[in-house]
Amino acid sequence: MTKQGLNKVDLIFEQVDAKEVLKKANEMTGEEIIKQILESGLKGRGGAGFPTGLKWKYTAAEKDPEKYIVCNADEGEPGTFKDREILDRVSYKVYAGMAIAGMAIGARQGIVYLRGEYKFLLPKLLKELDAFHKLLKELGLDFTISYRLGSGAYICGEESALFESIQGERGEPRNKPPYPTSSGVFFKPTSINNVETLVTAVMIIHHGAEVYNQLGTKDSRGSKVFSVSGDTPTPGIFELELGMTVQQFVNEFGDGDTKAVQVGGASGFCVPRKKFTETIIGFEGVPTGGSMKLFNSSRSMYNVLHNYLDFFAEESCGQCTPCRVGCQQLLKGIEKVKKGEVKSTYLNELVKLADTMKMASKCGLGQSVGNAFKSIVENFREEIIY
Amino acid sequence: MYNTGNLVKELTQKHGRKRESLIPILQGIVEKHNYLTDEAMVEVAKELEISAAEVYGTASFYTFLDTQPRGKYVIRVCKTITCSMKGKNDIVHTIEDMLKIRVGETTSDRMFTLLETNCIGWCHKAPAMLINEIPYTELTPEKVVEILKSYLKK
Ligand SMILES: Cc1cc2nc3c(=O)[nH]c(=O)nc-3n(C[C@H](O)[C@H](O)[C@H](O)COP(=O)(O)O)c2cc1C
Ligand code: SF4
Ligand code: FES
Repeated sequence: MTKQGLNKVDLIFEQVDAKEVLKKANEMTGEEIIKQILESGLKGRGGAGFPTGLKWKYTAAEKDPEKYIVCNADEGEPGTFKDREILDRVSYKVYAGMAIAGMAIGARQGIVYLRGEYKFLLPKLLKELDAFHKLLKELGLDFTISYRLGSGAYICGEESALFESIQGERGEPRNKPPYPTSSGVFFKPTSINNVETLVTAVMIIHHGAEVYNQLGTKDSRGSKVFSVSGDTPTPGIFELELGMTVQQFVNEFGDGDTKAVQVGGASGFCVPRKKFTETIIGFEGVPTGGSMKLFNSSRSMYNVLHNYLDFFAEESCGQCTPCRVGCQQLLKGIEKVKKGEVKSTYLNELVKLADTMKMASKCGLGQSVGNAFKSIVENFREEIIY
Repeated sequence: MYNTGNLVKELTQKHGRKRESLIPILQGIVEKHNYLTDEAMVEVAKELEISAAEVYGTASFYTFLDTQPRGKYVIRVCKTITCSMKGKNDIVHTIEDMLKIRVGETTSDRMFTLLETNCIGWCHKAPAMLINEIPYTELTPEKVVEILKSYLKK
């Protein structure tokens, strides 16, 4: 990757011959597939960034003959829209990724959990799935994929809430452990992977781990699809090599007046202008599931934070107290500070509350509210107060 | 109020009677009738042999499984940050003026319900909204008027 510019990559949307890739994978043993994925350094593209090869290895090691591959297409993180685009343009690669994951871990069933907001895509996706099932049959491969639709709950993107939802329950996250690799959907060993992760795995099998490995950095291998929105002349979907700084990103996508970039959506981090050059987008800096929102100097960071907290207060499943009450209190708290009903030092109390939520909440939602909260309050304190 | 007729039976035939069939069945009812009545939920509970409280408890968790009367066309305008920044309020006001309802309300002829929702995955083409399942993007007040007119003609 060059120091000045961004390296645009075309892996995710590149057309491949699904039959050839499936044949190639089928000639490999499960261990060989997993070895390739491990060597590629691929980390999950849904946000949490767990090494995909390890996830597959753990699920493969389970003895239960009934195992599942679940494709997480819930894509609810504000500012993320790449999974919709991937499914729309190359669903066959998503299906191929599921089938290959199935070969690796010994699963014969796959479920795609598609957010309800993307229901309009379903007829097309099912038609393409039919064609894919025919291809599998032709190749003599025993793997079946079905769809489940969400119904407008962000929390159902959290893996264990997603399993509960598939099982017909309220989408409330489970306690961990046990992890999905041993007890996932229907309490069976499950590998749950993001849409983009599955497609990336297909491309690793297609090109070989060593080719993929040349992209990116030690901690963030490969490339990633970014969903770019906000104050930018070029909003949209862009596949870029990992390892760039926020400054490089802003040089490419900013409008000349960028004051902050929210990396990773409402549950991610706000990077202010003074930290653009030192912050790397990736697991060594600020991780992202792809959401990149740019704000210029005409925007009030109070409004941004208020909008995020309103989002979390609505989307918290309410199951555990730190998150249920914490989201409400943070929201009310900044309103009080803004109105001058409390002293500005009250913000310090709220920061402590956000820390408590990080430690005491049951799932990633409550644990990550503090990311946006702290990074906005710490960097834009005046905008919150005045 | 509506009569479910044979719908619940048809849906259980299609999706099965297991617990995991519950949400697809409820989604099927909402697809047809736009919301869930108490009667419909009781009927589903009987078919699946679970308590009505279980059905209600599950439905009430999901925003799209409405348990309040909704119009034939449910409009959900995205209120998350990018759409907010790009003029979501103008869109909402245009719809409110045109349909003479406020957010959360349904027109008296039961044709439209206006709601706000969280990010629907079209931020690069903000502001955006859904009418039932169809997304509309890069909205302007003028565009919204045209879209609503096309629904009024239906
Ligand atoms: C509140 C919450 C919402 C999430 N939403 C999504 C989502 O929409 N899509 C997704 O792939 N992962 C989402 N995740 C992460 C999943 O729990 C899980 O880590 C991911 O699907 C694993 O796939 P990966 O390893 O390929 O990234 C969410 C996590 C949390 C805590
Ligand atoms: S942290 Fe929030 S979303 Fe997660 S289980 Fe607790 S209340 Fe539910
Ligand atoms: S913020 Fe409105 S579609 Fe994402």
